[in-house]
Amino acid sequence: MSAVVIDRPAPQLFEVAPDNWKLAILAGLVVSILAALALPASVSFWIVGAMAALVAAAFVVNAYRRGYYGGLLVAPAIAVLFVMNIFPLLWSLGLSFFAYQSNQQSIRFVGLANYVKALTNDLAAPANWHALINTAMFVVFTVAAQMIVGFLLALLFSKQFPLRKYLLILVLTPMMLSVVASGVFFTYYYDPTFGILSYVMNQFSNEQFILMDNKVGAVAGIVFADAWMWSPFVMLLVLAGLVSVPKYLYEAAAIDRVSGWRQFWNITFPYIRGLLMLALLFRTIEAFKLADLVILLTKGGNDTLTISYHLIRIANEQNKTSEGAAISYLMLFMVIVLTNLYLYIANRRSQGA
Amino acid sequence: MSQSSSFLERIGFFKSGNVGESGWGRTLGVGLISLFYFLPVLFIIFTSLKPQDMALSVPPTLSPTSLFGLIPDHYVFTPTLENFSSVFSRSMTSGGAPEPTGFDRYFFNSIVIASTSVFLALIIGTLAAYGFSRYPLKGNDTYLFIILTTRMLPAIVVIIPVILMFRVVGLSGSYIGIILLYTAFNLAFTIWMMKSFFDELSTDVEDAARIDGSSETKVFLKICLPQVIAGLAATFVFGLILTWNEFLFALLLTGPDTRTVPVAMNQAVSSGGRGTDWTLLASIETLFLIPVFLVTFFLQDHLLRGVTFGTVKR
Repeated sequence: MSAVVIDRPAPQLFEVAPDNWKLAILAGLVVSILAALALPASVSFWIVGAMAALVAAAFVVNAYRRGYYGGLLVAPAIAVLFVMNIFPLLWSLGLSFFAYQSNQQSIRFVGLANYVKALTNDLAAPANWHALINTAMFVVFTVAAQMIVGFLLALLFSKQFPLRKYLLILVLTPMMLSVVASGVFFTYYYDPTFGILSYVMNQFSNEQFILMDNKVGAVAGIVFADAWMWSPFVMLLVLAGLVSVPKYLYEAAAIDRVSGWRQFWNITFPYIRGLLMLALLFRTIEAFKLADLVILLTKGGNDTLTISYHLIRIANEQNKTSEGAAISYLMLFMVIVLTNLYLYIANRRSQGA
Repeated sequence: MSQSSSFLERIGFFKSGNVGESGWGRTLGVGLISLFYFLPVLFIIFTSLKPQDMALSVPPTLSPTSLFGLIPDHYVFTPTLENFSSVFSRSMTSGGAPEPTGFDRYFFNSIVIASTSVFLALIIGTLAAYGFSRYPLKGNDTYLFIILTTRMLPAIVVIIPVILMFRVVGLSGSYIGIILLYTAFNLAFTIWMMKSFFDELSTDVEDAARIDGSSETKVFLKICLPQVIAGLAATFVFGLILTWNEFLFALLLTGPDTRTVPVAMNQAVSSGGRGTDWTLLASIETLFLIPVFLVTFFLQDHLLRGVTFGTVKR
């Protein structure tokens, strides 16, 4: 890349210059700490915010003067994410080392006790593990179902045919429904008395059909609803890859009489690999957080409690904020290990290819 | 497919020769599958047209018309539009006069909050993705991974600090607060998605433009951005759908003035302890579906046009 890099000496540490970000950080930290100690929270928050803006401004000037376009482009996104996501995340990480309940005023430092409790307590640990195993099961089933159905749907729509536009929007619609509405309506579809599924099943047998009666049925019901809603997401990503394959490659393959399977593997697959990976990554992350459908469909009954719903119960209904935070950081640790493993494999594949 | 042009081929049922195109035969097959996939949605739309007493009938009523006698009478209901007006004004007590429900305001809120935050995320996120893709920083992957991490924790964990923070700063129940939160919520996906599109582009054209003296800004706006329009459209649609239907943050962080439709829908349907009001739920959802459905429909061409700039892929 031939970006113009302007050689300019970095300012000395204590030199007051608009691009001296080291000084800005130092001053910002001192002022922030003083403000946090001396002033009420509602005032000091804004002072800390102003200091963060100062540091950001110094970074921007520095990046601009030296042609670091990367830093310039990335800065706004990092700033928003920091204020709205990373800062709360760090706060809740801190909270996980305290004994704190959101319905009480007291707060006490307990170190790793919340983590120890989540992992070893006779009552809490087995419940956590069980919810985690259930979550793993849901992740495997829902993500597998979504990837397969989404991929097949994408193949259906990969060619141009009359009315494709109108049919595609029909398939995309489930994704657009509010989960409140679709979840509540799935309780209706599965309802043993009024539901459509039971009505259809009762035509074939005399026994009343109750889907949510046992674990297999309850899991199947949740997986089906989730896969139905989110397969279009996978489909759209895969389809975006499929239509970006240049036609001349297929034409060349047709002339060379390349078999269908090899054509797919050598021409199509490289174009959709990145997007497939992206779909897999985001659906796995979302599946780990599965809670709303479980709440609406089974309320955790029939052994379908997921870790995310378990957390909502602990943190929201039982007000054990810091315990919930500890469990979720254990969960985050697992997701990070999984994701890293997965990104590692994905990167190695793409380099090997 | 046979090479000789059969009758079916002549009327466009099959198409041979042209790669990537099919005829009406495929329309028929895909149409059946699509319609089957769409059935649960269709049922919700039909429920919004049902008279209230038919919502839970056994056997379930399935169609507003008998399709010239094709569908037996006991599956047919007489459609009504009453439910839609009761979304905006209905009597809260039995026999009382109709009162406005405030849903016009909630729809307005949903539109403003979702569109602003998705646009913001798209602008900020695309710039960042371009930065990550073209000017890798030291520890680029670490930054990207931290950004991804923000999406990994269950919302319930993030929400408690956010509630505390919003209360302290006075953003609770304001438009700015929820819009900024949703912007952050969309950023991770936007950055990852757009980066994957920028990564796919060949840098040859860009480098040629740079050698010809184009500024960095011009390279981004005139060369890179037009090639990723499909990606922008797809990201916009995904972001819009996720934000449009987001429930938990909206429940806990919007006030009476900034309440969004999913929250209001949940309250309207489950209030009063009379169980679920099916026709009301269905009509709110049907109305709520229309804007996002239309946006997706009109962006679809972009969504599927793909990268047609004529670039040479890596």
